[in-house]
Amino acid sequence: MSGADAAGGREPEATDGDEPLLTVRGLTKQFGGIVAVDGATFDVEAGTLTGLIGPNGAGKSTTFDLITGVQRPDAGAVVFDGDDVTTHRADRLARAGLVRTFQIARELSEMTVLENVMLAPRDQRGETLWRSVLPGARGAVIEQETALREEAWETLEFLELDHLATEYAGNLSGGQRKLLELARVLMTDPTMVLLDEPLAGVNPTLETKLLDRIHELRDRGLTFLLVEHDMDVIMNHCDPVIVLHQGAVLTQGSPSEVREDERVLEAYLGGEVDG
Amino acid sequence: MSDQDRRGPVGSRVDAVADGVRSFVSTSDARLLLVFALTLYGLFTVVSVLLGYNFNGIVDTLRRITFLSGVYAILVLALNVQWGYAGLFNIGVAGFMAVGVYTMAILSSPTTNTFPGLGLPLPIGIVGGVLAATVLGLLAALPALRLRGDYLAIVTLAMAEIVRRVFRSPVFQEFSIGSVQLGTGGSRGMNLPENPIRTLFYQNPGEAGSPPNGLGSALFDAASAAGIEPSVVEGWVYATMLVVAVGLVYWLLRRVGNSPFGRVLKAVREDEVVARALGKDTRLFKVKAFAVGCALMGLGGILWRLSGGYVSTTMFQPIYTFYVFVALIIGGAGSNTGSILGGAAFASLLFEGPNFVRRIVTGYVDVGAAPNSLYDAIAALGGLDLTPLVAYSLSDVNVSALRLVLLGVVLIYLIQNRPEGLLGHRKEVASPIDLTDRGTEEGDG
Repeated sequence: MSGADAAGGREPEATDGDEPLLTVRGLTKQFGGIVAVDGATFDVEAGTLTGLIGPNGAGKSTTFDLITGVQRPDAGAVVFDGDDVTTHRADRLARAGLVRTFQIARELSEMTVLENVMLAPRDQRGETLWRSVLPGARGAVIEQETALREEAWETLEFLELDHLATEYAGNLSGGQRKLLELARVLMTDPTMVLLDEPLAGVNPTLETKLLDRIHELRDRGLTFLLVEHDMDVIMNHCDPVIVLHQGAVLTQGSPSEVREDERVLEAYLGGEVDG
Repeated sequence: MSDQDRRGPVGSRVDAVADGVRSFVSTSDARLLLVFALTLYGLFTVVSVLLGYNFNGIVDTLRRITFLSGVYAILVLALNVQWGYAGLFNIGVAGFMAVGVYTMAILSSPTTNTFPGLGLPLPIGIVGGVLAATVLGLLAALPALRLRGDYLAIVTLAMAEIVRRVFRSPVFQEFSIGSVQLGTGGSRGMNLPENPIRTLFYQNPGEAGSPPNGLGSALFDAASAAGIEPSVVEGWVYATMLVVAVGLVYWLLRRVGNSPFGRVLKAVREDEVVARALGKDTRLFKVKAFAVGCALMGLGGILWRLSGGYVSTTMFQPIYTFYVFVALIIGGAGSNTGSILGGAAFASLLFEGPNFVRRIVTGYVDVGAAPNSLYDAIAALGGLDLTPLVAYSLSDVNVSALRLVLLGVVLIYLIQNRPEGLLGHRKEVASPIDLTDRGTEEGDG
């Protein structure tokens, strides 16, 4: 099977019945006098490709940072997979299966594409210093590394990056870097992936490819929360769609519901919205 | 197969080691290091001949080059884990060396010295020194690693200076804990435990005029037949031991680097936020890498001073940290092989080189008397007379000035033309196996 099988196959746990995979309640963050996120409250159901949209400054990226532990919220709660993870740091969340990509692709430029991808898997024995060094223990490290190597190649093939495997990540084009970010995230064997504008700066051909892959992974049980500026992408691919405005959720629903909501139009045109 | 079985586990382990050595020697890195070493030896042989040294003198010159190259190689390798791999900016290298040396001295110096130690066996002193450097590294790292990189730099620099001043302080020149007399010698410095090589070759290694023992006299007799003095033989044995130590440290750090652990360190250097977003507890990795580096700096310091038998705080001024950084930049940060190359190139060409240049130039050309001050030398330039400036830069006291000028020139050249150093920017892929080679199970051991 292709790499996504290994990469994206983890079943969402503890989501029995209607319990959403991710619950965000009253999330608030201030920078000085500016309220970036103002009581954002929404749910993400397991197995969905949920879209998060909003005009510039609506607080989308900050909300992402707050959920993924890059920044700490001033108030509010984040519950992932049944656990309160509000104060967890980014690395702990990633180990729990909640990972993110970045708005501006952050490739590790002086490392090869393969190294980038091999970095990601969780629970690597060789990340323990003594296991990597001691002659007796290193055999087990090499064994795991060999298995991960195969997984890495499969993931690169899945995203059609395999011809660039030995290239430095810094030499990749903008679109290829986005693919690499996705490859890296998949290698962590996540339950849920937060994609921060994965299509920004990606050419149309690559865009179709990326979206195809995301759909394929969702069909296999992965959950996505996607921030995107391109309304067409959101309306054609995401369901449900959450609209953020001035740090709070304005509305949420199916793409057609959101499209017909007058307040959304007003928000995008820069008007003040009542209620 | 059956041959190996018959030899038992020890035999097969020896075979494995031999295989490892063989496979390393067949790599391009080993050849590179070997060619470089031979080139340096060739160069310094020629220089020694030009200076009219006898055979003993030539052999001693090569010994000094080997010794200094080995010391710098260990220090540069240690810094490479911290800076080259994890991007941790430690500018207190000299301080960690000092802690290693002084701890070793206090643990193992004879109780009969002017500034006595505890008189424990040397291996305990060495292990203790290395551990002390590690602990100090952890102390410096724990608060600073939570902050941005620049703070670590400030903390380590301050730490190194505090360490040096503590050892220099009159308070610790002589002190006692309970009834035990100890002392660092303060600004006078202190004598170290006997050079371990001397204990191999002399009946009473502590005494200057001690007769050699059986092994010593056999070796010295053979050497004197070739015109080599016992002190040079001792030095060479020490230098050889140092080269073996470099080999062990290199082996250790290659394993650290070519592993998932090393991969995370590289990721921390490149973009710590990414490493964290992928589930790595980067603080833990940074602390471990920093501790390993500091331990090896302590070891490097100990191996450096143990041959001289004496230590004082002037040997740990911040300039020595700077030297190690220059050597790493020359070799190429991030490359272990480059670290050895950089250490050797720095120690022999930039550190020792100016001395030999001075001796050759003053030996063959009469540059006249050096002017009293740099001002006089520069003033003479007004009359288009270069000689006073040359004489000044070659005068005995100022050869260190020539060294600094040379360092500056090399650094400017490197940063403009080859910022990645001799071997930087090479693909030393952080994995115990060949990642491009799918389907085979062989690692580099």
